[in-house]
Amino acid sequence: MKIVVCIKQVPSSNEVRLDPVTNTILRDGRQSVTNPFDTYAIEQAVQIKEQHGGEVIALSMGIPATEKLLRDAESRGVDRAMLLSDRNFAGADTLATAYTLSLGIKQLGGFDLILCGKMAVDGDTAQIGPELAENLGIPHITDICEFISITPKDIVCKKITDKGYQVLRVKLPALLTVVKNINMPRLPSIPGVLFGLSAPLEIKNAVDINADSKLIGLSGSPTQVVKTYMPERQSKANSIEGDIASQAARISQLIKEFI
Amino acid sequence: MPGLKINQEKCIGCGLCVKCCALNALRIENKTALVNDNCILCGICVDNCPSQALSIEKEDSEQTDLSKYSGIWVFAEQYKGEVLPVAYELLGKGRELAHQKGCELTALLFGKDVSAEAQKLIAYGADKVLLCEDDDLADNLDENYIELFNLLINKYNPEILLFGATGFGRSIAPRVAARVRTGLTADCTQLEIDHETGLLHQTRPAFGGNLMAIIVCPNHRPQMATVRPGIMSAQQFDNSRSGKVIPVSMPKPVAKNIELLEEVLSSEIDSIADAQIIVSAGRGIGAQKNLALVHQLAGLIGGKVGVSRPLVDIGWSEYKHQVGQTGSTVAPKLLIACGISGAIQHLAGISGAKTIIAINTDPDAPIFSIAHYKVVADCVEVLKQLISIFEKSEY
Ligand SMILES: Cc1cc2nc3c(=O)[nH]c(=O)nc-3n(C[C@H](O)[C@H](O)[C@H](O)COP(=O)(O)OP(=O)(O)OC[C@H]3O[C@@H](n4cnc5c(N)ncnc54)[C@H](O)[C@@H]3O)c2cc1C
Repeated sequence: MKIVVCIKQVPSSNEVRLDPVTNTILRDGRQSVTNPFDTYAIEQAVQIKEQHGGEVIALSMGIPATEKLLRDAESRGVDRAMLLSDRNFAGADTLATAYTLSLGIKQLGGFDLILCGKMAVDGDTAQIGPELAENLGIPHITDICEFISITPKDIVCKKITDKGYQVLRVKLPALLTVVKNINMPRLPSIPGVLFGLSAPLEIKNAVDINADSKLIGLSGSPTQVVKTYMPERQSKANSIEGDIASQAARISQLIKEFI
Repeated sequence: MPGLKINQEKCIGCGLCVKCCALNALRIENKTALVNDNCILCGICVDNCPSQALSIEKEDSEQTDLSKYSGIWVFAEQYKGEVLPVAYELLGKGRELAHQKGCELTALLFGKDVSAEAQKLIAYGADKVLLCEDDDLADNLDENYIELFNLLINKYNPEILLFGATGFGRSIAPRVAARVRTGLTADCTQLEIDHETGLLHQTRPAFGGNLMAIIVCPNHRPQMATVRPGIMSAQQFDNSRSGKVIPVSMPKPVAKNIELLEEVLSSEIDSIADAQIIVSAGRGIGAQKNLALVHQLAGLIGGKVGVSRPLVDIGWSEYKHQVGQTGSTVAPKLLIACGISGAIQHLAGISGAKTIIAINTDPDAPIFSIAHYKVVADCVEVLKQLISIFEKSEY
């Protein structure tokens, strides 16, 4: 089974502070890490390979430094990696990113399964998986919490829904997104780390993957950010004062209005 | 080539852009800013530059003719024949937007045996209902819906299309957006028509909610957005409203790559989302044994228990109790929040609560910004007192 795992580089923290002097938005988390949700997708792909044979390829669209994260994936059981990196990819929204990833996948010459994390912690959109599947013309299922059975032709898996869960069978090739805690991502082994240092890793730009310049990066992104701002927080709350006993007494009166 | 442009004359080399860039894409050399390949054009530096020296340049895209697009559509998601409340909430918002735009509001009702719901959608504000009934639409399987959406969008050219950010909505909306090649904004908390441009201003949390971003989709149609349940308000149910139901037929054949083998409903998940009273606890509860107090009070006043994410992460509580962006969205009449700081991801799940009593030792905790009653106190002590009050009272 040939499995592609899509991974994204994200900032290590989403903290944002307002510089009180300059009123500037300051972002922490300059360290870049693999999107936590994607680490479960990597582990899942490697486990499937270990049980059913085949190969796992990690794919990312990102800045040159993303190579480090792909090598990290290779130290955890991934066989080879492809990094799509080009200044023309910058500014991509989910539609342009999904298009670019689909071209990268087409370079790999066929696949059986694509795994993605449920969402990325920086953008939080959870859109790439379904949009990528549409670009490739294959079925997708989101929010998988368990793989029940795997054959060369299809996969039976469990999907978390708003109301509980569903057991679904999907024909391959397909794209699945996995939730957190579906497995325990392994640590890199020593041979893994050594492998990762020199493992196969291709870096491709827009020309290499025959990208249409109108469909990538900022130019290929239908959505645009007009403005970002820190959410204002102004309290309109009624304060309940006094000692604990009188506070509790007042709260209990309020509660009684509801029961 | 599009990119970040630095106006050398305006740049004063102050370095604020370097400070605010999370990707180390900028540096100062010879008193002016320089950008490298790390730049992803996020635009944070542009907003922060005190001398307006930075801008993001985009290639002029070919102007598409947008005049044929009109009307606001709301996807009325249903489950086993019953329309979900979020659809009525979206119709409430859609009505406002349609009024501003002077256009029609259409609900999309797709399913098996769902026609009885059409009049309800009209009573909640729809002018028209596009109704498709088919056996293949019984199970909310994405692939059966994509062609139907594609067909209708190409036939009727809506200007705006809204989905509830339910599990199903978040799976089908991006698929549809990619099919018709348009933009989609996830989890909007605010939707407005911009007076100047007539575009839909879509506000959503960014960077885990620490920033808010206003997003537009200027040259592609429809402008698509998903909205979490409980964020918008439905308008008054008015059964005297009239509207038109337009039957549409299902494009065949459907692919059938995905087959539903089994569906299991968990009543617990439902109950916290639908609970009228919730007592919730965060890290401020201090110790696992204190969670028993929360359960005890909830039991006494007929409520359910909610928790913030850290309590699930450390194993004190289960995921089904988690409230927030990555947990359940709740909309109780009364929410008592004990020792919860009010991180934006948590707030995203409780903005539909009608009355919030927040108990926190920190008078500046962000939870107080959306609470209706502010109690600065140790929540464990307050819980103990409340339990003794309700154990005694025989209301
Ligand atoms: C992508 C992403 C998704 C997330 N999704 C969610 C989500 O769905 N739900 C969620 O809850 N979080 C979510 N989070 C986490 C969120 O950012 C916060 O970390 C979390 O909500 C904080 O939980 P808390 O309020 O319990 O803890 P803290 O932030 O640690 O707050 C504890 C509070 O208790 C108060 N306190 C301490 N002692 C006492 C006492 N004795 N009595 C009263 N008050 C006391 C403190 O003053 C403090 O305000 C998410 C984060 C990310 C990055």
